[in-house]
Amino acid sequence: MLYREALKKAMDELMEEDETVVVLGEDVGFYGGNYRVTEGLYAKYGEKRVIDTPIAENSIVGNAIGMAIGGLRPVAEIMTVNFSLIAYDQIVNEAAKIRYMSGGKVSLPLTIRMPQGVAKQLAAQHSQSFERIYASIPGLRVFTASDSITAYYGLKQAILLDDPVVFLEHELLYAQDFDFIDIPHFDVRKQRLIKEGNDITVVSYLKMLHDTLEAIKDIEKDLGISVEVIELTSLNPLNLDKVYESVKKTKRLVVVNEEPKTGSFATEIITKVIENNFYDLDAPPLRICGEDVPTPYNRKLELLSIPTPDKIYKKIIEWGKENGL
Amino acid sequence: MIKSYAEQFYYLMKLGREFEIRAKEEYMKGNIGGFLHLAIGEEAVHVGATVGFGKGDIFVHYRDHIYALARGIPAKEVMAELFGKVTGVSKGKGGSMHLYHPKYNFYGGIAIVGAQIPHAVGAAYARKLLGHTEGVLVAFGDGATNAGNFYESLNLAAVYKVPVIFLCENNYYAIGTRIDRVSAFSDLYLKAKDYMPAISVDGMDVFEVFNAVSKAKEYVETESKPYFIEAKTYRYEPHSMSDGGDYRSPRELKIAKERDPIERLKEKGLEKGVLTPEFIKTIDEKVEKEIEEAVEFALNSPEPSEDELYKDIYCEVCEDVVS
Ligand SMILES: Cc1ncc(C[n+]2csc(CCOP(=O)(O)OP(=O)(O)O)c2C)c(N)n1
Repeated sequence: MLYREALKKAMDELMEEDETVVVLGEDVGFYGGNYRVTEGLYAKYGEKRVIDTPIAENSIVGNAIGMAIGGLRPVAEIMTVNFSLIAYDQIVNEAAKIRYMSGGKVSLPLTIRMPQGVAKQLAAQHSQSFERIYASIPGLRVFTASDSITAYYGLKQAILLDDPVVFLEHELLYAQDFDFIDIPHFDVRKQRLIKEGNDITVVSYLKMLHDTLEAIKDIEKDLGISVEVIELTSLNPLNLDKVYESVKKTKRLVVVNEEPKTGSFATEIITKVIENNFYDLDAPPLRICGEDVPTPYNRKLELLSIPTPDKIYKKIIEWGKENGL
Repeated sequence: MIKSYAEQFYYLMKLGREFEIRAKEEYMKGNIGGFLHLAIGEEAVHVGATVGFGKGDIFVHYRDHIYALARGIPAKEVMAELFGKVTGVSKGKGGSMHLYHPKYNFYGGIAIVGAQIPHAVGAAYARKLLGHTEGVLVAFGDGATNAGNFYESLNLAAVYKVPVIFLCENNYYAIGTRIDRVSAFSDLYLKAKDYMPAISVDGMDVFEVFNAVSKAKEYVETESKPYFIEAKTYRYEPHSMSDGGDYRSPRELKIAKERDPIERLKEKGLEKGVLTPEFIKTIDEKVEKEIEEAVEFALNSPEPSEDELYKDIYCEVCEDVVS
């Protein structure tokens, strides 16, 4: 199933079941969504439930908060995470805090979907990843969708939860076809074991998960080892039980993500693992992240600015050799 | 209709259009990447406003090629930027949406809708504080007029009394959403009229835009106050190269093309005798050659070197200040 179809399926099924679920955002209705995620919903549910908004992100989120207070279950699409900064006040000061400030009396069943990451040559203002800034806000749930399974289950759970959720997608995954299987007890809050292995634990999510999986095939062959891979489906709250368990077994940790390295979310994962597994570790943890630069337009420079399967391969091999693998 | 202006407009509009037609082809060939937002159909606004404004700082959006060309930035430098080459106006780091050239008082090329509007107000404030009278021009689309940045800027410009011309290009669409579905009304100059003088002009008529902006410039610079112009225009191409554009009917497009700004200028100019068939032929050939050279230049220019990735993030002489 295509990633974007999995996202739509999640919304469609819930909209059919529950008339309080509404979708809003720029071009989501008549146009069908910039990444075609909401295609067909407008025809099926009409303009009152699939709402085209002006280009006004602060209002999109602010209104969605009001809709949630008023008894709806809004799913707001921000065209890309880059524009969510215009809504940052509503997301951080309002959505994330209202339950707490009301002593738990007011709930916000609100989902804010947005894609992020480096696509192809969209330059600095259109090529950013912001999980670090959203996942550090208490009160805000942050989920990621790396394939059609997490897209479908994760989004459904995000919409059904009575909390504000920032739901992160990746721009380059929408048109990708992923195997889809039913997972009866899927829980987006509990991370996902993608592949078992004994010698290195690799943690990743979104597009980097796939680039890592591609690199790992050769790493396993060339080093004669096996790698365990864990997908982070929830960045906040951050439950790392599976990672701690895995590191106990493998004794080595690599985190791959696309954000600029300084302060990237990889840093948080590594810190927590060091706090928890310090004496289990046989090697210093490795962070493979983007460079600390705004994303350039030129394609060659752009590829130099982020991890690629080739770079992931080289970095892990080099680090593995330095650390006795 | 003044002959020298008619000639200049014809040249710049033709240059803009041919540049974009060629950019589209080069995009299809894979020489240009990313988003490519063409302004074919909107030449009268981009050219009329830029020439009418003359000297002073200009801030525009991502649909910026024709503004840059009309400002006098060489076509080859603009094309090379679209190709991502080091010889481009932003060294290949900015691309199509991010053209900057301070030498030409050109400040973007900004890809966040409406973000340039407050910049222009601030620039006008700076000029005024520093004792200049020079005005600032900021262009934005109809889609930018529903967000806080827009209203906050109108208010500040009026309160600070700064010389800034707000130029709203009303092409009726923001990507695939027609203006009347998301805006309380579609005569956008009405949004500004309580803050400053605000007018609406035919954006398919280059002289009308030129005259309006020239007059506005005189007003903002003598009065030191803002002025708002809405230019009703139309883009023939989809929002960007990654948009199918099927939200508009072929009929609507056909009607818009009947008002084509270049054809209109040509017709009227010939009729009034300020343009001649020979002049048009000469210009068409000149433009063709210029575009050809621009593409050659872009193709043959080198890519930025790898170390460029880490350059231009911070000022490189700032240690002097610190030590
Ligand atoms: C803050 C922000 N929100 C959304 C976008 C995505 N986007 C880019 S252009 C555009 C439409 C803008 O329409 P308009 O202002 O009318 O200008 P036009 O493209 O028609 O020239 C949108 C929604 C963006 N770049 N920035």
